[in-house]
Amino acid sequence: MLSAFRFRSHKSVMAAIFATCIAGTPIYASEMENLHLLIPGGAGGGWDNTARGIGEALQKSGLVQTVSYENQSGGGGGKAIAHLIETAAQNQDTLMVNSTPIVIRSLSKVFPQSFRDLTPVAATVGDYGAFVVKKDSPYTSFTQVVEDYRKDPASVKVAGGSARGSMDHLVAAMAFKAAGGDARQVRYVAYDAGGKAMAGLLSGEAQVLSTGFSEALALADAGEIRILAMTGEERNAAAPDVPTLKELGYNATFVNWRGLFGAPGLPEEKKQAFIATLEKMYSTPEWETVRSRNGWSELFRPGDEFNSFLEKQEQEVGELMRELGFLR
Amino acid sequence: MLDGIFTGLTTAVMPFNLLMVVMGCFAGTFIGMLPGLGPISAVALMIPITYGLDPASGIILMAGVYYGAVFGGSTSSILINAPGCASTVVTAFDGYPLAQKNQAGKALALAAYSSFTGGTVGAIILLFAAPALASVSLSFQSSDYFALMLLGLTAVAAFSGKGQVIKALIMTVLGLMIATVGTDVTSGTTRFTFGSVDLIDGVSFLLLAMATFALTEVIMTVLKGQHREEEAQVDMSRLGSMKLSREEVKEVAPTIARSSVFGFLIGVLPGAGATIASFLAYGLERNLASAKEKLKFGKGALRGLAAPESANNAASTGSFVPLLTLGIPGSGTTAIMLGALIAYGIQPGPRLFVDNPDVFWSVIISMYFGNLVLLILNLPLIPYISKLLVIPRPILIPLILFFSITGVYLVSFNTFDIQMMVIITVAAIFLKLLEFPMAPMLLGYILGGLMENNLSRALTISDGSFSFLWERPLTLTIASIALLVLVTPLLQRLWQHYRHKPFSSPGAEAAVNEGEG
Repeated sequence: MLSAFRFRSHKSVMAAIFATCIAGTPIYASEMENLHLLIPGGAGGGWDNTARGIGEALQKSGLVQTVSYENQSGGGGGKAIAHLIETAAQNQDTLMVNSTPIVIRSLSKVFPQSFRDLTPVAATVGDYGAFVVKKDSPYTSFTQVVEDYRKDPASVKVAGGSARGSMDHLVAAMAFKAAGGDARQVRYVAYDAGGKAMAGLLSGEAQVLSTGFSEALALADAGEIRILAMTGEERNAAAPDVPTLKELGYNATFVNWRGLFGAPGLPEEKKQAFIATLEKMYSTPEWETVRSRNGWSELFRPGDEFNSFLEKQEQEVGELMRELGFLR
Repeated sequence: MLDGIFTGLTTAVMPFNLLMVVMGCFAGTFIGMLPGLGPISAVALMIPITYGLDPASGIILMAGVYYGAVFGGSTSSILINAPGCASTVVTAFDGYPLAQKNQAGKALALAAYSSFTGGTVGAIILLFAAPALASVSLSFQSSDYFALMLLGLTAVAAFSGKGQVIKALIMTVLGLMIATVGTDVTSGTTRFTFGSVDLIDGVSFLLLAMATFALTEVIMTVLKGQHREEEAQVDMSRLGSMKLSREEVKEVAPTIARSSVFGFLIGVLPGAGATIASFLAYGLERNLASAKEKLKFGKGALRGLAAPESANNAASTGSFVPLLTLGIPGSGTTAIMLGALIAYGIQPGPRLFVDNPDVFWSVIISMYFGNLVLLILNLPLIPYISKLLVIPRPILIPLILFFSITGVYLVSFNTFDIQMMVIITVAAIFLKLLEFPMAPMLLGYILGGLMENNLSRALTISDGSFSFLWERPLTLTIASIALLVLVTPLLQRLWQHYRHKPFSSPGAEAAVNEGEG
């Protein structure tokens, strides 16, 4: 699923230089005056962090003169989407940040709109799913987890930091399904935050944790957990020992993207200008500061590519949710 | 370890870091005082500033802002019944009645002393036992949290006056019902949202507290009419009395001591936190009080103010245990701080005090200074801050309305929240006129929501069997204490009835004491 992407996780200097080379060729030489970033959640959350990070890089590098921010939470992001659609005409300089949940939540009808009602501009950063066990867990590979799961699905409790039917659960269901199990049999234990799910894993009440790869890396460095597998297309330079599900023989890949959306009916030249500015941003040192500070992996997927990616993810996730009984 | 402490001490006393402590405490106190704006907003505001600092200074600043905000949050709870943050909601239960009795100065001073003791006791335990306590924070599983919330709910009696028990129970159930609104984590379905996207995330605790306390209170004042205005206006000459008499100190000292330790332990648990700690400490204190003293709770009992104030500060210190030693954030505020630490390239975890001893120990040591700074900063300000009450009502009331509403709005940036606040306020006024107490509703909401979540998690883990109730010793112990607390007063009454003479047994108190350890 990712092979067509320009997916750059430059944890090394070499990779950074390489990235600079491929991203450093601007198509349009456009400096923007204003950019308004709409954040569908409150201060301090993941969306807020992404928007303010991108905004900081754009403004400090001089690519955009002034970046303004607006938080509008409610309805799992639905409030901000509705707002952007209603006021589309006045919002030509506005980009809304969003991520994989926009696909999941529009499928499960949390809000009536989908990404099709907006103008997808570009995916900017991404993260994979990871499966994690306690450091003293008897499991040393994901294959063993799958074996136990096949014998008795109830013996493997999978913890996750979001509600049933949202990302952490879907990624786990996807993996066990690819391993030949019944996705419905996954015993998913839902916590209300990633940190609490991690505490649940370490307390021993769950055997496996489904979480984000970058989050897992940080805790693996601290030595409390081991990462058994991740959902990327290939191994990640930051943790070359962690196998992908694919190479273990389970055909499942997943990427949690974060990207930017414009108002519906955004003129094509305006959209291209946004894309060009974002593309330039990747080669600036200001971006590198923000990126490394947050431990993000770049995932630049502009315009039509982003659109077709979203369609594909919607189809894959939709199938899975139907199988799990979340959709009819 | 001594080496580490010494390194930390040297880092902490660097003039710049001392400045960070003072700045953090000052900013935190100020933001915390504004109704609705609590530690999360305060710490989030500091993020851009900390990027330019070195890790130890940055975290010292954030920690200062954090406990500063918890410290400052009590001020608006006491003076205007508008909780500064979620963990000071309980402070309003007895703090505001004290202020109404022209004892605002005393209430603020007691809150400051309690907060100081709570924070300092917390910092001492943190210094000597942080790495060891890491395992405690991981010993709690969902079933144990369920039992703990059950124990907390037994405190509902603490919030009801004589003959009010039925009303208190009704309100608790109402709180439980409000807690079910929104997305259910375990099933992933939405409940009672009536198709509205705004209700998907549920009703926020702070919004509920603001609407039922601050807004309801000011509107009741308006409803009571002009003729009462002069009575209601606080007499200036009696504000300044901040002194506690010797008997009063004797009364609250044991409360502060046990609430500090208790609060710290609750704070260490990643699934609980400062707000839960304040509720549990209040309930514990009420259960420990003699029958006569029990009646004072909710009407301006000094113990009822000291308990949550010590507990919430101790708990916010305690929440640094899972954060620093495991890298697990127990609350939204510590989650933001974890993000900041990682941005510095520092991974909190078991190796933090080996790899970055300067950060680990200096943060802990700076907490002593921080608490001292807060006390020094706050005590002299009390006479001035409490003059807030002297502001004529026609000016004060709109101000409270303005700050309460903007405070809630600034957390969510959702205008629907304002409409919801108004609706809840109207409902709360009716309930208040019928003399329904509001506190049990908040208790039901905050503990009930967590109780349900943890119960359904425990049930998923045990494949639908309730066996965890007797198979896990910790769950069994806590659940038994809860049962004991519930049953003891009944047994006492039966016993009295049987003996036909007055009798009071300290059974319940002893049982709860055991639960502390």
